[in-house]
This record gives sequence, C-alpha cells and structure tokens, in this order.
Amino acid sequence: MNEIVDILISASFWAAILRIASPLIFATMGELICERAGVLNLGIEGIMVMGAFAGWIAVYAGLPLWGGVAVAMLSGMAFGLIHAVLTVPFGLSQHVVGIGITLIATSSAYYAYRLSLPEVTSPPRIEPFQPVDIPGLSDIPFIGTALFSQTPLTYFAFFTVLVVAFVLYRTPLGLALRAVGENPSAVEAQGLSVTALRMGAVIVGSGLMAVGGAFLTLSAFSSFFFEMVNGRGWICIALVVFGAWSPSKAMMGALLFAGFDALQVRLQQTSFGAMVPYQVFLMIPYILSILALVLMSRRANVPAALMVPYNRGER
Amino acid sequence: MTATPLAQDDPVLRLCNITKRFGALTANDGISFDLARGEVMALLGENGAGKTTLMNILFGHYSADDGSVEVFGQTLPPGQPGAALRAGVGMVHQHFTLADNMTVLDNILLGTESLWKFGLGRGAARARVAALSRDFGLEVDPDAVIAALSVGERQRVEILKALYRDARILILDEPTAVLTPQETDALFDTLRRAVALGLSVIFISHKLHEVMAISTRVLVLRHGRLVGAVATQDTDRHKLAEMMVGAEIIPPAPSKATPGVPLLMLNRVTTAGLRDVSLTLRAGQITGLAGVSGNGQGALADLLSGLAVPRAGTLEIAGDTVTDWTPRRAIAAGIGRIPEDRHKTGTIADFTLTENAILETYADIPNSRYGWMDWRGAEQRAEAIIAQYDIRCPGPGTRIRLLSGGNMQKLILGRVLEESPRVILANQPVRGLDIGAVTYVQNQLLNARDSGAAVLLISEDLDEILTLSDVIHVISEGRLSPAFPRGTMKPADLGQWMAGQGFEYAA
Repeated sequence: MNEIVDILISASFWAAILRIASPLIFATMGELICERAGVLNLGIEGIMVMGAFAGWIAVYAGLPLWGGVAVAMLSGMAFGLIHAVLTVPFGLSQHVVGIGITLIATSSAYYAYRLSLPEVTSPPRIEPFQPVDIPGLSDIPFIGTALFSQTPLTYFAFFTVLVVAFVLYRTPLGLALRAVGENPSAVEAQGLSVTALRMGAVIVGSGLMAVGGAFLTLSAFSSFFFEMVNGRGWICIALVVFGAWSPSKAMMGALLFAGFDALQVRLQQTSFGAMVPYQVFLMIPYILSILALVLMSRRANVPAALMVPYNRGER
Repeated sequence: MTATPLAQDDPVLRLCNITKRFGALTANDGISFDLARGEVMALLGENGAGKTTLMNILFGHYSADDGSVEVFGQTLPPGQPGAALRAGVGMVHQHFTLADNMTVLDNILLGTESLWKFGLGRGAARARVAALSRDFGLEVDPDAVIAALSVGERQRVEILKALYRDARILILDEPTAVLTPQETDALFDTLRRAVALGLSVIFISHKLHEVMAISTRVLVLRHGRLVGAVATQDTDRHKLAEMMVGAEIIPPAPSKATPGVPLLMLNRVTTAGLRDVSLTLRAGQITGLAGVSGNGQGALADLLSGLAVPRAGTLEIAGDTVTDWTPRRAIAAGIGRIPEDRHKTGTIADFTLTENAILETYADIPNSRYGWMDWRGAEQRAEAIIAQYDIRCPGPGTRIRLLSGGNMQKLILGRVLEESPRVILANQPVRGLDIGAVTYVQNQLLNARDSGAAVLLISEDLDEILTLSDVIHVISEGRLSPAFPRGTMKPADLGQWMAGQGFEYAA
C-alpha cells in the first residue's frame, strides 16, 4: 500500500501523465473536429503512424524539430484530403474509407522507411525536444517539476485544446462546424457550403492527428519503430465519445487514460508487481477506460449528422 | 440590402420561364410570375405539382435548366442560396433547417457573420432578435436549445432567421402543415405585420381555406405548369380546388350502409392507454372515432394491430375470443392496417415499391414459394397495385422515399385492400394528402365498406368523421363514448364529448 502512495506523491508520476497524454490530446482534438463536422475519421491510427514517421525522417534529414512537426502536419493533411474527398463530395462510407486510409497511411510510412533506410537494423536516433522550464512556475515545489517542466509539444497540446474550444464555441466558424455536424441542411439554408466546412474540418483534424503521432518520435522516443503508435488512434476515437464531443471533457479523458498508463508502469516495479504477470498491468488502462466509457457515454450527445453523407437536393 | 431605387409598383421578384427536369419528369415547365411589394401570394397545387421545386430554384438550392430569377431588378446567380439570402430572399422550409443541439440565437447567427471573425457578438444579436420578436409577434426564448422547443416555436425561429437577415421576400413552404389552429392564427398575424411593413410573402399550401384567409393573389400549379393566376377576392374554394385538380371535385357521398354481423368486438378492454372500452365493429359499416389527438387513439390502434394486448377484458374476432394476440395473428385474422405515420411505420423508405407492397405477405404465394422469394411474382403483384390504384411512379423498382405522400398512401391502401380484409383499421388515412388523393382514399374506404368490410376510421378532422361514418364514437382520456348513429350528432355535440363531458357516469 505504501508503495502506491509513494507513486502518487512522486512528481515524476504526474509529469509522466502529461507526457503520455500529449499525443492522445492532439489526436483526440483532431478526431473531435472531424466528428463535430459530421465525419468519422477512422484513418486516425494510420495518420498517426504517418505523422510519427514523417516528422522523424524530416528531422533526421536535417530539418529543425519544429520543421519536423510542420512536415508531420502536412503529411496528415494530405491523407486527410484523400479522406475528405472520398467521404464528403463522393459521400462514400466513412467506415470503409477510414479503415482504408489507416491501412494505406500505415503501409506508406513503413514502405518509405524501408526505402529511405534500407541497410539499418535498428533505426537511427534524433535529438528530440528537451523539457523547457516555464520561468517562475517551474520553481514551485512539486507542482513545478510535475507540471511545468515539459517538452514544448506538451504545452502546445494543452494550448490546442484551448484553441479548439474557443473556435468551436466562440467564433462563427465554430458555430458553422457544430451546425454542419448536427444538420447540414441548416448550414446550406444559411448560405454556407457544407462541402467546404466538412472537408476543411477533416483536413485540419487529420493534421492534428499527425502531430500527435510526431510527438512520439520527436518528443517521447527520439526514434521511429513499427507498431509504435500501438492503437493510440483507436483510444482517441473512444476518448471523443468519452468526452461527449466536448474538447475539455475529452482532454480530461486523455489525462485519465494517461494516468492509468503511468500508474501501471510503476505498479509493475512494486513488490506486488513481482507476483503478477506484467500483462495484467498492461490491461489496466484499457479495462478502466472501458468502464469509464460505459459510465460516461450514457448521456453522450452525439452529433446528429455524424456519418450521414450530405447530398444536395436529395429528398 | 441592394437598395436599387425602385418605383413603388415595380415587382420585387420576377421569375422568367423557369424550367426544371429530373430525368424524364418535368417538375417545372416554363413558369413565369411577378411578385409585388406588400402582397401575400399563395402558391397552390397538389403534392408533386412542383411548388417546392420552384421555390428551391428561387432560393438557390437547385439550378434551373432554363429561365432566370430577378430580385429587385437583379438576376440571381443559379444554385447559390447565399446569393438569394444576400438579395433579401428568406425561406422557411417545410422540413426545418435547424441544428437541434444549438440555441435559438446560435441558429439565427449561423452564417450571418464572416467565418473568420474572432467573436460571435451574441450580445448585440440577442437585442436585435428581441426587437424582431416584438415587432413581428414571434415570441421565443433566444437562449433555449432547439431540441426543447415545440414545432410552432421552431417555425418562429425559422422566420426569425429570415427576418434577422433583412429578408424582403419571405417564402413559406407548407408552413401550416405542422401547426395547431391557434398557432396558424398566430402565424397569419405575423405575416400580416410583415406585409404591413412592406415585405412580400409567398405562401405555399394546399389548404384552401388558409389560402383564402391570408392571400391577396393565388397562383395555381398543376403537373409543373402554371394553370391559373387569380386575385383571391375574385375566386372561392370550389373554383380553386377545380383549378388545382383539373377536374370537378365530387366529394364522397356515402350511400346508406347495410350493417351486418359483428366482426370484431372489444368487451370492457383495458390496456396501457384504454380504460374499460367496449366497441363493436360490424361488417359493411364505417365506425368513426373522433377525439383530440393523444386521447387513446394510438392505444386503440395498437391493440387492433396486435402491438398491444388487453390487460383486462376480451377481444373477440368473428365471435371467438383471441388469446396470444400478436401482429402476425392480426394479419391472419384479416385486419388490414393503415398506420398513422406512413413514413415511420407504414413503409420502409429505402425499400422499393415491390418490397413495400409485400411487407405483410412476403411468405405467401405468389411472393414466395417453398421458402424462396419469387421476385417475379412479387413484382407482378406490385405492378397490379400500381396500375389499379393509379400510383404515379417510375416503376415497381423505385425506392418508396422518392414518392409523394399521396402516392405512398395509395400503395399502403392497395397493399391492404388487395388482401380483402374483413376489418380495416384506418388511422388518419388522409392526413397530409391533397384534395385529389383525399377523395380517392375516402372513396376506396367506402367501397371496402360496401363490399362488406368493417372499417374503423380514426381522424382528428370532424368533417371527415361526420361525412364518412355510419356510427361515431368519441374517445377521451382512454374512455369511449356510446355509439352515435349517423345524423344524430352535430359537431358541437361531439366537441363536448371530445372535451370529456358526458363520461361522468362511466368514471
């Protein structure tokens, strides 16, 4: 029992939560934007893989770290564009297109990796983002080390939540985005373009997903491995539902999941952990997330037009 | 607004030779008209006459194949609702275009500001909406979420949306179809205020008394063509109806009924929505059920369709008490059902006419044999119904959602009547239909009666009940009045029963 208390009062545990949550927050915000506009983007998993690869290879090729982030974002937007064209003007099934995008983005990343580094057995490392202390705040005992000594991308992730929430609820653009996911004919009847809004949302959202992937290579692991995204994209789909399509609640969900994840790693190292197979600990965040999802999604207010293609002039 | 200097009597809107085709169907055929300042022009026509198509072209939802739209002397670019809005055209759609999870204010604001503006300016907008609400008599709470509003309130939001954008021309597509009589009066009051302030209104309807009440001029469309334009004061309901249908309207005139044996009897039945109800449906007789909506009509319909079972009391069919009552049993017992909502429970929108025609009889010859579907047989059956009931459609393979309400109802009617049912449950059979279709459906019900069926007609329209029914019951709070034979009750008498008076003895 003491060991668990020790974990909970260590600053590094709380710092780890923010770090683990960051890629989830980027990708969850990306998915949330898409879904708020009425498009389910199941390409998320593959787009994260592509973002992780594109950002890393760009930095390996000599670009600065922020250049890598930008390249990752552009790669995500490119796959977002394909998704958007197929699902919005062509109105194809969003499930099928999304899974297709995941498959093609993942395999394109692996293929490009093999093409660019044919000889290596282990991937080369890059110099990743280093933690930046926020002046003043990082000197606060405990809280400073726990919260204000993170890499720039982590701060950027939380800033993104603010921007997404502000745009959605406080600007005409956000109003139009929320409306197009609820009733596209309301948007058309007010003289706006359903196609432009939805495509824009999918493209920008996919860009954010790719930044989430790039966090893994540019901020967390400093290298690119196959399978490194490891289902995080699917977790983000669940987090959007968990957060009832609200940016702040989805962020809380990401933190909760990250908390369970950080906890299970540390539990493995306790005396109790020596007795239990480590796979049990790996399951913990997923099991707890499923439980939380069951409890939360009962009062979920799903956008009414989610997954419904809009064809102009059809009865 | 495009404040081009106009003489007072120049038209605010001019449609020139508008033509629109959907495949082989010409929905609008060379339609031209002018709209003057401060007038209410009614656009009258049956379902499928092309009214909504014409207005969708005017508003820019569709592009016309030919012709032009001029607003305040300027030609509108085709297919751009934004351009129509900027030119001062506002449209209240038949199916509301509101985002249900957003507030009234946000729905009104949607699209009125540049998307790249930083804030929403809700404060100033709220004040403007409040002023418009007051000026036009459109009371609604700007901070209420749409999902919590009644249908009448939602329509007020739609009108406010148009007024907020300084609409000078207001198009209302079948605005009264969803309103109670009191709400309709309030709407008319709003329209009169709008016209007094110099707006022009196009009012689409197929309800003649409303057209007579609100309009100053009437245009009549039939099969996509403009067939008449008259000043309202120079015409009457009868003439308009003839223009609309293209033939003289002969209202159904039932002959004397010859009631036969009881085919279905309820003995003191109680269900979730019915209290101690006894009812006898006789062969060769139409039993009318009058009442204010929501007083147990649905519960009675559910019981007869097999969707509900009696909690107390018995249901007898042809003298036998039934047990184990299910929809399957109801079909087997020869109960033909015309459901209240043809879209939700009467048909499956994305199924073809053929599939919809055999929903109840798919397992019977000729629709299937030895457990296999016989699509050729099923299609022939659908074709027979299409021919006999004059259903306007491209063919039996058409998805039913593409049909007008009247044609959909004819298919349901054909599906029921072709089985020669012994009992017909007709729940609101003519709701939302135009005159031609109403007369047709009513005459078919009378024919079924004359060939020996027992008909239960549920309707909220007292005129319909009084015209067609041989005996009338009134339903109120789940209780049934005694049977009143034809001619013994006046509307006012029935109204008292509908309000719940007279039931004391049974309570």
